[in-house]
Amino acid sequence: MTTSVFTMPGRKGKGTQQTRNLWNDAWRRLLSSSTGRIGLAISLSLIIVAIIVPLLLPYNAKTDRNLRNRLLAPSWQMPATELANRKLTNTSYLFGTDELGRDIFIRVLHGAPLSLTVGLFAVLVAVLVGSLLGLVAGHVGGWFDTLAVWMMDILLAFPSTLLAIAIAAASSGPASLTARMSAVAAHIPVLDRMFDPQLFNALIAIAIVEIPIFGRIARATVLSIRGQEYIVAARATGISEGRTLFRHILPNSLAPLLVQATLSIGTAIITVAALGFLGLGARPPRPEWGTMLSTARDYIGDGRWWYATFPGLAIMLTVLGFNLLGDGLRDALDPRLRK
Amino acid sequence: MAQYIVRRLLGIVPVIFGISLFAFLLLRLIPGDPALLILGEKATPTQWQALREQLGLNRALFVDLSGKRPFYDTQYITFMGDLLHGNLGDSIVHKRPVFTELRERFPATVELALTALLIAVTLGMTLGILAAIRRGSLVDTGMLLLALLGVSIPVFWLGLMFQYLFAVNWHILPISLRVDSHLSRNFQLFTGLYTLDGLLRGRPDITLNALYHLIMPASVLATVPLAIIARMTRSALLEVLGQDYIRTAQAKGLRGRTVILRHALRNALLPVVTIVGLQLGLLLSGTILTETVFAWPGIGTWLLEGIQGRDYPVVQGGVIFVALVFVLVNTLVDLLYVFLDPRIQYR
Repeated sequence: MTTSVFTMPGRKGKGTQQTRNLWNDAWRRLLSSSTGRIGLAISLSLIIVAIIVPLLLPYNAKTDRNLRNRLLAPSWQMPATELANRKLTNTSYLFGTDELGRDIFIRVLHGAPLSLTVGLFAVLVAVLVGSLLGLVAGHVGGWFDTLAVWMMDILLAFPSTLLAIAIAAASSGPASLTARMSAVAAHIPVLDRMFDPQLFNALIAIAIVEIPIFGRIARATVLSIRGQEYIVAARATGISEGRTLFRHILPNSLAPLLVQATLSIGTAIITVAALGFLGLGARPPRPEWGTMLSTARDYIGDGRWWYATFPGLAIMLTVLGFNLLGDGLRDALDPRLRK
Repeated sequence: MAQYIVRRLLGIVPVIFGISLFAFLLLRLIPGDPALLILGEKATPTQWQALREQLGLNRALFVDLSGKRPFYDTQYITFMGDLLHGNLGDSIVHKRPVFTELRERFPATVELALTALLIAVTLGMTLGILAAIRRGSLVDTGMLLLALLGVSIPVFWLGLMFQYLFAVNWHILPISLRVDSHLSRNFQLFTGLYTLDGLLRGRPDITLNALYHLIMPASVLATVPLAIIARMTRSALLEVLGQDYIRTAQAKGLRGRTVILRHALRNALLPVVTIVGLQLGLLLSGTILTETVFAWPGIGTWLLEGIQGRDYPVVQGGVIFVALVFVLVNTLVDLLYVFLDPRIQYR
């Protein structure tokens, strides 16, 4: 699965050369499958929303309240007389309001950057640490490999949700390492959203849970191609071990790592919400979808369906988008499935 | 084959050892003093010392080099010794042995997990078979869409939506708990499974009531395994259906149903069995979210209460127990393969 570049026949001349390689082919295949197209469309629009919303609609969760309009149903569902009484229009509160009179639509929108950042960063950390661990373990072998595999096996021996919950709960002490790390993170532009130490714990917990998955993929690639001629040839020319590892071996595991990373973003986003729901993720009033659901739970019995419905739909749509994209990428990148 | 089984069983020893080490370290590497966290800020130094003594926190972690105690009188050695005797310590909040609490809570989780698995297997396999037979049809597309939704829906949200629809809005199912409280009050449990105990003690009304309470949480818990089993059945069956011996069977003039059920399904079932086994391991251990939504008094809610109350022995014991169940079920599934597939040579 090395990337090979050659010119298409019949196309000559400067600037018009079209290169064909693994990634270009995969991109074309991704766009030609409906799964890939829909997944890409959903995930890209969510990312755009997550970038634009904080810029266009600044939101302060700490001051947002409007006690006169508490727990209102979505305004398209309200009778006209009540709308007139409250001086509202059909579209005032698309998703209704919550127990503090906050607009659920606005809060769901502001949940997107939160969930996506935590999901993306958790997976990024897991990919970096996991693939490095797997590559080095597979390449070096010996006791280091045995130890790394043992550690990954132990992490995989726990059901992933339970492990994330246990780590998030254990690291939530006031003087914990992650609390100090999050104080540092407060000075980094994108990470400052994670200032909430408990949410940062959740991120780290999710990353740790995902590390062995990427470790295994990277290690398996190393083991499968270690003995191939071009690796032997690379070594015979006298280039360093590190260069062999990162320039010649690593590119071969990029495709499976990318597919797994996309699918893992979906899992990570569900887990962030689950931790929030259990009170181990973002704290209120932060507009995190899972945290919103945990408050909404108290209002289900009163028949206020809208409070829990919309944050949950947002989680589902996001996860669905990344799962579709992951499925599409797998079909596009896996040579065995090509028709 | 016997050699393979022994080797496979021995192989889980280092993993179990690692699990216990992980659970031990998880609660001790946290900065901050557990005793102080449990007592809160108003604790007196005497209280604090007493709790530290009770939890064994004033001893060294692995090896005592101070000379004041024997070198083996450390937290880890005591912990492992207790663990090997099946002693998981006492709950700080309830002042009872963790093992006793585990034994009381586990049946509720087993009942829920088995019901969910039953739903997932019957519905999932039926959907998978239908989709494979009518490949490319509306049924097939619908199944794939459903399977995709199944793995994307947050179960705790689905639980809330079910509660709203079936309990609050339509009043057709109970919103939470295992049986109505007036029924459970004077009922002596035997196996711990209400559905079974109702029959054993001649109280079919309790069995019915328990089943009624099981429908909603079990369906919610079943969504993910259902989606996975349906997809797996479909793809396994499609692979088998393309093989020559199926064409032979069809050419012999056998009925379509016979070909599918007698010839194709038997061989397609192997990968499905693996998936079902793995899902059982997950269900027995991963029910925290569903149990929380439905106030189901199983291992999941117990563990969560332990986490929220900083009940360290409960968290430690619970994590070890759950991981152990997970590893053992997965290993059993692996071993089951030896009996199910005679084609594989084990060495």
